Amino acid sequence: MANKLIVSPSPHVQSSQSTASIMRDVVIALMPALVVSVVVFGWNVLFVTALSVAACVLFEYLIQKFVVKGACTICNWSAIVTGVLLAFNLPASIPWWIVIIGAFVAIGVAKMTFGGLGKNPFNPALVGRVFLLIAYPVQMTSFPTVENPALDALSGATPLAAVKFGTAAGSLPMTDLLLGNMPGSLGEVAAFALLAGFVYLLWRKVITWHIPVTVLATMAVFAFVVALTKGGDAALLWQFPLFHVLAGGAMLGAIFMATDYATSPMTVKGSVIFAIGIGAITMCIRLWGAYPEGMSFAILIMNACVPLINKYIKPTRFGVK
Amino acid sequence: MEVLFYTILTLCVLGVLAAVILYFVAQKFKVEEDPRIDDVEKMLPGANCGGCGFAGCRGLSEALVKNDDISSLFCPVGGSETMKAVAAYLGKAAAEKEPQTATVRCGGTCEKRPRTNQYDGAKSCAVAASLYVGETGCAFGCLGYGDCVVACAFDAIHINPETGLPEVDADKCTACGACVKACPKMIIELRKKWPKNRAVYVSCVSKDKGAVTIKACKAGCIGCGKCEKVCAFGAITIENNLAYIDPQKCKLCRKCVNECPTGAIKLIGMEPLPKVAKAAPAATKPAGEAAAAPKAVGGPATIALKASGSNPLLLVHPTKAVMESKAATSVEGVIVELKESGKNPLCLVRGKRAE
Amino acid sequence: MKTFPMGGVHPQENKLSRAKAIEVLPLPEVVQIPLGQHIGAPATAIVAKGDKVLTGQKIAEATGFMSANIHSPISGTVESVDMQLNGQGLRQMMITIKREGDEWVETIDRSTEIKRACDLDGAAIIAKIKEAGIVGMGGATFPTHVKLSVPPGKKAECLIINGVECEPYLTSDHRTMLEMGEEMLIGVEILMKAIAVDKAYVGIENNKPDAIAHLTKLAEQFKGIEIVPLKVMYPQGGEKQLIAAITGRQVPPPPALPIDVGAVVCNASTTYAVYRAVQKNMPLIERVVTVTGKQMKEPKNLLTRMGTPIQSLLEAAGGLSEEAGKVINGGPMMGRAMVNLASPVTKGCSGITVMYGADAERKEAGQCMKCAKCVSACPMGLEPYWLAKMAKKQGWEALEEQMITSCIECGCCQSSCPAYLPLLDWVRLGKQTVMGLIRARMAAQAPKK
Repeated sequence: MANKLIVSPSPHVQSSQSTASIMRDVVIALMPALVVSVVVFGWNVLFVTALSVAACVLFEYLIQKFVVKGACTICNWSAIVTGVLLAFNLPASIPWWIVIIGAFVAIGVAKMTFGGLGKNPFNPALVGRVFLLIAYPVQMTSFPTVENPALDALSGATPLAAVKFGTAAGSLPMTDLLLGNMPGSLGEVAAFALLAGFVYLLWRKVITWHIPVTVLATMAVFAFVVALTKGGDAALLWQFPLFHVLAGGAMLGAIFMATDYATSPMTVKGSVIFAIGIGAITMCIRLWGAYPEGMSFAILIMNACVPLINKYIKPTRFGVK
Repeated sequence: MEVLFYTILTLCVLGVLAAVILYFVAQKFKVEEDPRIDDVEKMLPGANCGGCGFAGCRGLSEALVKNDDISSLFCPVGGSETMKAVAAYLGKAAAEKEPQTATVRCGGTCEKRPRTNQYDGAKSCAVAASLYVGETGCAFGCLGYGDCVVACAFDAIHINPETGLPEVDADKCTACGACVKACPKMIIELRKKWPKNRAVYVSCVSKDKGAVTIKACKAGCIGCGKCEKVCAFGAITIENNLAYIDPQKCKLCRKCVNECPTGAIKLIGMEPLPKVAKAAPAATKPAGEAAAAPKAVGGPATIALKASGSNPLLLVHPTKAVMESKAATSVEGVIVELKESGKNPLCLVRGKRAE
Repeated sequence: MKTFPMGGVHPQENKLSRAKAIEVLPLPEVVQIPLGQHIGAPATAIVAKGDKVLTGQKIAEATGFMSANIHSPISGTVESVDMQLNGQGLRQMMITIKREGDEWVETIDRSTEIKRACDLDGAAIIAKIKEAGIVGMGGATFPTHVKLSVPPGKKAECLIINGVECEPYLTSDHRTMLEMGEEMLIGVEILMKAIAVDKAYVGIENNKPDAIAHLTKLAEQFKGIEIVPLKVMYPQGGEKQLIAAITGRQVPPPPALPIDVGAVVCNASTTYAVYRAVQKNMPLIERVVTVTGKQMKEPKNLLTRMGTPIQSLLEAAGGLSEEAGKVINGGPMMGRAMVNLASPVTKGCSGITVMYGADAERKEAGQCMKCAKCVSACPMGLEPYWLAKMAKKQGWEALEEQMITSCIECGCCQSSCPAYLPLLDWVRLGKQTVMGLIRARMAAQAPKK
């Protein structure tokens, strides 16, 4: 026996997971999408991502040290996750200073003002993105075209914008949507890479399937019903839902943003309600709103409902019918 | 122009409409309340500490206004002055209480009370107390995780990192009693507040037998009863191997302080009485113990004493051994004699010559 | 594979002593017998200093119905009846006996011969169990005769034998089932007779295939006893979880008891003790204790007399090494960490687990990130993160509303928290306070009636 016995209340076993290991897993799960993004949009992607991560970590470090005056929290990797997610929501051709402003809004405004990790009511990366989208609409919606990745501001329309503002749905082959062969934000283009990340997160038990699957299913059902009412041909009935699930930020939002721990409900029942809300609001914005894409707004709106959901949706209690 | 006109008109109409609705709603749901409640609340300190037993100052003010007899109500933070002012306003008789301050009755510093194990649970006295004895061998002493500090709304109590014990800032303490309730070991007591924050109190709550207490903590009260005997005012009582100084009877004469063999009696804000001579070590043993070996008493003289409750009082001179053996049992009588004899410095012990 | 309906975790099993046959620990020289070894009123000592006692002689009598008798585990002289330090360093009334030889009370049958036939009726069986001072040996130490006395108006429908042993490390029930399987099944038969049911289930987790196979084979000779293999999931050995896993019925929140869903649950080792008490007149004076730990030289299952100092069990298993940091009375999920290793083995002590090095220390707690892992791990459907937060803020009414009294203190929440928050520390404090408030309220209401 070394010296003094240690005494603590039970249990005497702790989790093999830690905050840092979970956040690291999220970063790992985002890597396939980053690789695809580099292939599609070129090396500039890496620059934007690195800049975003560095800025987020720096802001968190500075605020924690000089404003909050607490223990350093950058080692828990959460700022890195926010940085990568913010970058994934930006076009590859974004000017560097906009990235920094986005990182400041994400970390400084959306996260640290509320007390840091776990206390923020809104997803920091999305707050950063929406702020930039409203403050710098031109830069935020100029996507480099796929064919010409080296050039930075050759604006191409995203599939959603194309559908919204004229071109018919399904003008883009589904395989391109899956492989990311389309204009868009960094991380949202390759559905299959995001799905690989999803599988990894499920395997590592970082998230459960409920939120992503429910969000995408709600969107698909919504789109299917809309397609029915339009009375189009039979092909549209499956093409329209599939298009909406694959295009834009649906996958990125459903898998990585809506599942953010702090801003999603605590129970399975609550998560399902939350996810249905996201799916429905996204489709409403996409079909009838002013913006071609509504995922970020939908998630932020449902984030606001989370405290309410947590208050009223309680887990099934043992022995209570 | 037309658009502007209609806009202004609509807004005005909406505003008037809302005002009318609000007026009627306010009338309908008006709560009849004694306006004095608001006035009394303004007179109270507004700390909302709950020291009065109500959830906040509002609760106390309601009770003060509604009850005819307010003698049982008291705001510890505002004290007698506030209560007098409130009573004068309401035309009632206020309770008068002397000012009090929280007192931490544990002297088990890191040095006096060695740690025997390491606590690794939630940093809360309540959690640790419900789990086990604590990090030391003393089952009664301060655990030091600061539940009292968390409970204090006035920033008046803090853990001293050197001793590991909480210390009360008597100037900030309002005697609201929050720390008293928070302490699971019931160590903190509200005691009479003397001018200049002077105090004499037994800084221990251990009810263990003397030998058990001293094994766990060198500063513990062993219940030897020496203080009880020296007290001229009957302020000290011994119960369950523990001395207690009644703050109402204590006159701060400080005699007990020098008497305590373990230093468990704390003296705050005052100089201790000059030690006329070092007390004979034999006399420091708790009553009932066997005769001690002869020991030097502050000089060449050597005496041995048998300590026991019924033995006569001895006057001991540091250089001339035992000066005088007194059969008198009254301490006052001996003190008078001491003064008259002029044989200072002398030390008064109770015991019997061993020879 | 059956299991309970919600929550649960699967910590590393670490059943290091699973293949170690039960060994008999040499008799201790001095034993300390606490008078309060069970839930309910402490027993009243009926011996005094200087008395000579025999092994198996009653030395303390149950104080009322909700209490249990205590018998001397050795023969010798009573040295004292006074306050002694227990494992948590707190003073507790104990009888200290110094050993002189090993002379037994004559009525006790010490042979190993198996006695199957039992012609006693239910009431006589319960009386015998009460006399033998048997309490739940899984750790809860609920007096068994109280459990078997079905209150009027309620009816037992089945008996469930708890052979789950879901706590990591511990193997005492496992070894008892393997080595004393037939005796235990006779015990099951006796218990079935005592509560007048014709169906008994023995729930065993699937990580004990040898015990399942052994008992399934033996059970063929018994009518109405079914061995139920269960999916490995902690806290399946919790009474409510086990009932739900086997019968699918959920015991309503407190103050409801298992009997409200027609079930009586009894631990496997307790059942073996029942066999010995009823068929052999053997009081509860010894039990199997697993002594284990990752760096323990020889993890063992020791047949130990009650009152033996924990220290001598540790020595029998190779002693404590330099890296030993925490000694737990019980398993790592629900056991209590000890400060006093001279404290005795009691009726509810199923194991001594030693944690070493980094395992012994809690990792530094971070910030709650609302990952909801505690919510999904809670087998009672509670929200530990919220309960812990509220307990810290002392919101007792809100805690009661959110059913904190349902908490079974299994520790799933805390052991699944990636921020290493001391969730159960706070929840337990909240539960204790709320239960105290409820009791006070009931006491205040009682005289009015």
